Amino acid sequence: MDLSFSPEEEAFRQEVRAWIAQNMPPHLKAKAEQAAHFEMPEVMEWHELLYAKGWVAPHWPKEFGGPGFSATQRFILGEELELAGTPPLSPFGLVMVAPLIMRFGSDAQRQRFLPKILSGEEVWCQGYSEPNAGSDLASLRTMAVDAGDHFVVTGQKTWTTYAQYADWIFCLVRTSTEGKKQQGISFLLIDMKTPGVEVKPMQTLGDTPAFCDTFFDNAKVPKENLLGPLNGGWNLAKALLGHERTLVAAVGQTRRNLRLAKRLAAHHLGANGKPLLEDPHFRSKLARLEMRLRAHQMTNYRALAEQQKGHHPGPESSILKLVGSMLVQEADELCMELMGQSSLAWHDDEAVEPFERWVPPTFCYDRATTIYAGSNEIQKNIIAKLILGMPGA
Amino acid sequence: MNFDLSDDQKMLAKTVADFGKKESTVERFRKLRDADGLGFEKATWKKMGELGWLAIPFPEEVGGLGGSFVDAGIVLEQLGKTLVPEPYLSSVVLGGHALWLGGSPAQHEKLLAPMMEGDTILALAFAERNVRFDPRCCATTARREGDAWVISGQKAFVLDGHAADHLVVAAMSDQGMQLFVVDAAACERKTVRLMDGHRAAHVTLRDVSVGEDRRLTARPAVEVLERVLDFGAAGAVAEGLGVAFAMLWTTVEYLKTREQFDVKIGTFQALQHRTVDMFVEVELLKSIHTESVVRASEEGPERTRAISAAKLQLAQGGQLVSRQAIQLHGGVGVTDEHDIGLWFKRMHTLVTICGDESAHVARYAATMDAS
Repeated sequence: MDLSFSPEEEAFRQEVRAWIAQNMPPHLKAKAEQAAHFEMPEVMEWHELLYAKGWVAPHWPKEFGGPGFSATQRFILGEELELAGTPPLSPFGLVMVAPLIMRFGSDAQRQRFLPKILSGEEVWCQGYSEPNAGSDLASLRTMAVDAGDHFVVTGQKTWTTYAQYADWIFCLVRTSTEGKKQQGISFLLIDMKTPGVEVKPMQTLGDTPAFCDTFFDNAKVPKENLLGPLNGGWNLAKALLGHERTLVAAVGQTRRNLRLAKRLAAHHLGANGKPLLEDPHFRSKLARLEMRLRAHQMTNYRALAEQQKGHHPGPESSILKLVGSMLVQEADELCMELMGQSSLAWHDDEAVEPFERWVPPTFCYDRATTIYAGSNEIQKNIIAKLILGMPGA
Repeated sequence: MNFDLSDDQKMLAKTVADFGKKESTVERFRKLRDADGLGFEKATWKKMGELGWLAIPFPEEVGGLGGSFVDAGIVLEQLGKTLVPEPYLSSVVLGGHALWLGGSPAQHEKLLAPMMEGDTILALAFAERNVRFDPRCCATTARREGDAWVISGQKAFVLDGHAADHLVVAAMSDQGMQLFVVDAAACERKTVRLMDGHRAAHVTLRDVSVGEDRRLTARPAVEVLERVLDFGAAGAVAEGLGVAFAMLWTTVEYLKTREQFDVKIGTFQALQHRTVDMFVEVELLKSIHTESVVRASEEGPERTRAISAAKLQLAQGGQLVSRQAIQLHGGVGVTDEHDIGLWFKRMHTLVTICGDESAHVARYAATMDAS
């Protein structure tokens, strides 16, 4: 039992911290300082810098251009990036579709797609949810009809995050209506410039243009863009959910949020004109969040220690998404409460301090954290069934 | 970073778990609870001493086995699963650690060693009536008379004090707080039955005289008490983890067998999600418990932070488990006949002793970094 990082790991942490301090462009640092929302071009600017350093895909195997990091190095890099508030990279290519292409793709597909995901030359988005297929994803109805050397795709995907910036979309489509609904699904890679593909951005609750509706109207997709077997897409989707869940412990994000909360508590005055940081009520609220985050962080370390040994994630990892997403929201809620009436201002740099401007929109948008990557209710269904062995209905 | 138990530690966990399953089931606890007597058995205590469990966390130079507090945590977690009633937490963790940290080699040999053998029981008498958890609030006094010290006052809720041979008593002198090892026989003791079936003592000291050789002087008394209460809090969390684990899986099994509306009630999603909530809290408790037993032997702010965070998780998460376990058992959960309520009551004790939720949140908040 040893809960400390090794001297080599601590040295790596210092290296990462120093590199970020020296290489993060000032305009991005300024936004990070204000906990501001990064637009896609800023995200891709940061992507290029990390790519040049060789750190853009810490979890990729060396043969595909990854840095060959240990699980602990990956964790430290991720945590330092989160703590510094660097733009969060778009996960759709690097974290979601790339591991599937590595595992299920042909050599031709790997060579075609992976280098451009790594360099950031091609940006990806995810085509899973449909207006009538959310948590019940297998009921999706976007059809891909076999037309010889290509499929003809027709249907609608929704909440496709940043589709307006994407060059490619990976989609679950229906290629058969026979048998169980999970069995007729295939995994297609679709060029967003294909005629018949249309993107309509919509505002999120945070008034950011992060969501889109993506329409397919007889879009021709070459058959070489089928990933994995025909009608075998559901297995790929399940494999991807595994990756996605480990993404969202969000320890660094919540630690940053907590730091912001303390800054707000020092800035806002309570009874008798004293800062809220000196108010026992608010101080104990901050303490409680920090104490609970500590338990979550130790759970993350447990999952990390298992990964480091090369084991599959155990029961502790299944709760990371559940707890991480709730703590993100609780930190947001505490920030809003600390701001009092200032929390009413909406995208206004003058009515409130610049570092406060993004608190309300973030509070609104982060309602998504308990919904995306498999809603928390779906996560609970999975834990009830697979870990607690609860009987089916 | 490595969360694995060593082979020896795994063996220890298995040995204690087997003891709970075969020799000290919840049924045994229930019988001892309901009988007149100590609420546990001195023969079993002696056996624990022979197995080395009572010596395990103490260093070899004081006659211990040279283990760590992680080992004490392993024992306590397993004891919690079947509510083993012997006074491990009160005698090994509270009384024993006070003697270890505060005592001289001669005191270790004379007073700590017999406890490690299972021949005696030690208890920590720091709490007083209507004082919450601050050991510095102490009205009991000690005054010097020649070569001796004369102690007067009342101590409340001395855990297992009814059965102890020696009490480590906190008393205020004109030189500040002092700790003395007092023979239990020299005090007036009234046995107090606790909610969870364990016993404690209210102790009255009327001009009890002890020699200088019974004063603990290796470290300042307040420092000893603070560290010992942290060991106690970490130990309570360890035992509480065992309690929570037992309640979770007992409840899961119940949902898989109990039928209503012609189906197993475990098929209902509302109830499934409740058990997942319990599972989540047990995993978080396991994580922060691990940090707290590892850091319990450290000095400095990370120890107190980790232990307070663990105690908060026991209070919130552990009690979510114990409350929902009753709820999911329905009416039978509210009967004394069913075991689930026995764990529920033990959980309340463990949450309360050595600082409850409010006390630990307040302590953490007081020293929280400003950024």
